[in-house]
Amino acid sequence: MPRVHVTTRLNGEETDFLCEPRQSLLEVLRDEIGLTGAKEGCNNGNCGACAVHLDGRVVNSCCVLAVETAGREVRTIEGLANGDHLHPLQDAFLQEAALQCGICTPGFIMSAASLLENEPNPDEHRIRFWLSGNLCRCTGYDKIVRAVQRAATQLQEAQS
Amino acid sequence: MTTVERPEYKVIGTRPVRPDGAEKVTGKALYGADIHLPGLIHGRVLRSPHAHARILSIDTSEAEKHPGVFAVVTARDFPAAADKVEDLGESAVNLKDALDNILASDKALYRGHAIAAVAAVNPHVAEEALAKIRVQYEVLPPVLNVRDAMREDAPLLNEKRFTKTLMTGATSEKPSNIATYNRFQGGDLAAAFAEADAVVEREFTTQMVHQGYIEPHNSTANWNADGTITIWTSTQGAFAVRNLTADVLKHPIASIKVVPMEIGGGFGGKLPIYLDPVAALLSKKSGRPVKVLMSRTEVFEGSGPTSGTWIKVKAGMKGNRLTAVEATLAYEAGAFPGSPVGAGSMTMLSPYNVENFEIHAYDVCVNKPKVAAYRAPGAPAAAFAIESVIDELCKKQGLDPLQFRLENSSREGTRMVTGVPFPRIGAEETVRAAIESPHWKSPIEGPNRGRGVASGYWFNGGMQSSVVANVNTDGTVNLVEGSTDIGGTRASLAMQLAETLGIPYEEIKPTVVDTDSIGHNDVTGGSRTTFASGLAVFEAGMDIRRQMIARAAKLWGMPEDEVVYEHGKLHSLKDSTKELTFKELAAQSARTGGPIAGKASLLARGAGGAFATHIVDVEVDPDTGKVTILRYTATQDVGTAIHPSYVEGQIQGGVVQGIGWALNEEYYYDEEGRMVNSSFLDYRMPTALDVPMIDTILVEVPNPGHPYGVRGVGEVPIVPPLAAIANAIADATGHRFTDLPMSPRRVVEALNGLE
Repeated sequence: MPRVHVTTRLNGEETDFLCEPRQSLLEVLRDEIGLTGAKEGCNNGNCGACAVHLDGRVVNSCCVLAVETAGREVRTIEGLANGDHLHPLQDAFLQEAALQCGICTPGFIMSAASLLENEPNPDEHRIRFWLSGNLCRCTGYDKIVRAVQRAATQLQEAQS
Repeated sequence: MTTVERPEYKVIGTRPVRPDGAEKVTGKALYGADIHLPGLIHGRVLRSPHAHARILSIDTSEAEKHPGVFAVVTARDFPAAADKVEDLGESAVNLKDALDNILASDKALYRGHAIAAVAAVNPHVAEEALAKIRVQYEVLPPVLNVRDAMREDAPLLNEKRFTKTLMTGATSEKPSNIATYNRFQGGDLAAAFAEADAVVEREFTTQMVHQGYIEPHNSTANWNADGTITIWTSTQGAFAVRNLTADVLKHPIASIKVVPMEIGGGFGGKLPIYLDPVAALLSKKSGRPVKVLMSRTEVFEGSGPTSGTWIKVKAGMKGNRLTAVEATLAYEAGAFPGSPVGAGSMTMLSPYNVENFEIHAYDVCVNKPKVAAYRAPGAPAAAFAIESVIDELCKKQGLDPLQFRLENSSREGTRMVTGVPFPRIGAEETVRAAIESPHWKSPIEGPNRGRGVASGYWFNGGMQSSVVANVNTDGTVNLVEGSTDIGGTRASLAMQLAETLGIPYEEIKPTVVDTDSIGHNDVTGGSRTTFASGLAVFEAGMDIRRQMIARAAKLWGMPEDEVVYEHGKLHSLKDSTKELTFKELAAQSARTGGPIAGKASLLARGAGGAFATHIVDVEVDPDTGKVTILRYTATQDVGTAIHPSYVEGQIQGGVVQGIGWALNEEYYYDEEGRMVNSSFLDYRMPTALDVPMIDTILVEVPNPGHPYGVRGVGEVPIVPPLAAIANAIADATGHRFTDLPMSPRRVVEALNGLE
């Protein structure tokens, strides 16, 4: 199948790649570009393990064609930390022990980052609602919700 | 056994950040599917569309010609093809079953059964080629549940399978889908029932459910020209993958190296091998490294969920005592023998001191995937049955269900159904913790609301572990281990080493290495790693301490018994000027005899069983049948919580899996044996929105079989939830549900008399 040349902004950098029109953004990130932080759990939009930001909105990258990202802005888990300085959400996940196997963690962090960018002070129900597109089978969600609450507090304290 | 003299721990019981944390929150950790190798090609598996069919022929010629295809394999490519294995006793039968489940030979025994595999330039081309493989089937009637499969006239999955009675070793005369029958008994059951004040008898069913790990199975293999094989895979046991792959490929064990990648959940489901030998054969044929991945549908249909069950329980009470229990358990094994009915029958009565009992256990083959372990395998369904009946008896007799559990509780010396007495256990303590919990003391009010409790038990495992701890010249330590870290065991092992050596946790770097680089380690399963590998870590730490004492004694020119190792320091008993820190002595290793390395390879005995008691409040919507979990409290004897956050996490995760099992999850089959809900959309696991915070109460009754008192904690939390929720729904609605899942449809039908 002929490959298409696509130019996009990936984690703040101008990036171009070749892909088949049938390839998803998830497949291209993982197999063509080599960013494997977004995970494939279901490949049909039900588990959220592949969540990334597209033009600032959280999307399941398995349900976006790579060619659709032309001229747009993609942010993945690899673009969240600032050098060796973790994003407050990443740090909160560590402090709260909010991961066990860790396969769902990048997706949860990307979804939660999108929540906190939109709503800096969500209550527990709002956090659970926003994260209900991400499946975790290890933690029972308790510590994930607490980690998001902790990060929200930290982000607000940093701003005030 | 050596024990640590001071129980006031410095590291154990704290909550440090896990060593593998940073790479997991930044997306840098490499899981099985993340591996990329030069020249890598991609494999996909063709699976049976039929639940039961004879395979008449497989024609792969068109697939082989498809552009971009490198190799196609079928069961005929195994060096010992399944249909050529003669019946030479149990091991040959087991090998034939193992081979047949990896790639079917003569029969497809479930929808999703692997038939053939293709390796191609990319996954899409591999899928195109799969469509060109022509398989001729003779479709046979499927058998889809245990009770049908046990009937005399049931279609047989295997005409050469006979029922083995485990107590006597006898084999049935006629072939049967029942692979094994077993019985446990004690006391005088008939007399106990005759004297009982109250008797309840009920039948229960549960459906097949999946572990639901988010990472699908994967395997990447490279077959070198010299016959050595490297396998990169997500597994709970790299050594098990190596040994099983060696067995099915007829390869020397040493010629296979398994590299354990990070694993995205398992819960028992990543103990078997499915893709590893297939990837290896594809690599052999193509001369390229091959990565094979399962899709989510393949995970549901082609890996190993846990059994659907049919259980009948009759129990009798006299006064406030549980005096008689008769139970029959029949568990689906799936396509090949090996359900966890044994564990179900051996755990169900463990919370209670009951003298008169009889338990019958049947392992039954049906046309569904071969089951695999799932968190306390076999125990949740059995607990669902017995704990529901006990709840009903308590209600009938006006007894408080927790007080009843306390008064009938097992304790040290109580005999299990196998006749073996319990060592020191924390059964009573968990019930007492539940009674004293804020949850139990709070009222439950409002319409359609109810509260339920249930208890549970799991054995926990020991088995084999090997570790090496290398002391560096700056006093840091590399801990080399071979146990898959599925949820924080790098942390729990490093913490135990830090405690043993008296040095900071941060100065220990644990690494999980490949099978060439450390001695044998059994699987991460049976809640054994923090216990058994922890025991090995402790012994390795003591080995280092002994070596350091010997070196200090030599440096100071005094006998070894005059040197003491304490809190990471060495000092002389007789000369107070002689003192060296761990760091100082480590720096002198080259001058005092060379590198210091602690080693331990052991078979861990003394695993301590775990008990749990749970309380749950629910609200049932009478119009929709939806059950909302309002509040949940889990008490558990955890021995000693090494890292309390990860202990709590194990409990919370197990509870939520139990909530899913109780309320929504099931393999839903049509009459032809097709699973019709094989996606995460239709197989409905709990989301963050479906559950509340899960409160945990850690009860610490140290395990006498471990120097720090560690008990396995991961499995027992899934045992009580099924019954606890059923009991809460009964409390809320007056309706006793005996079939899982208690889904909105089933609840609304039952409450409206539409069953």
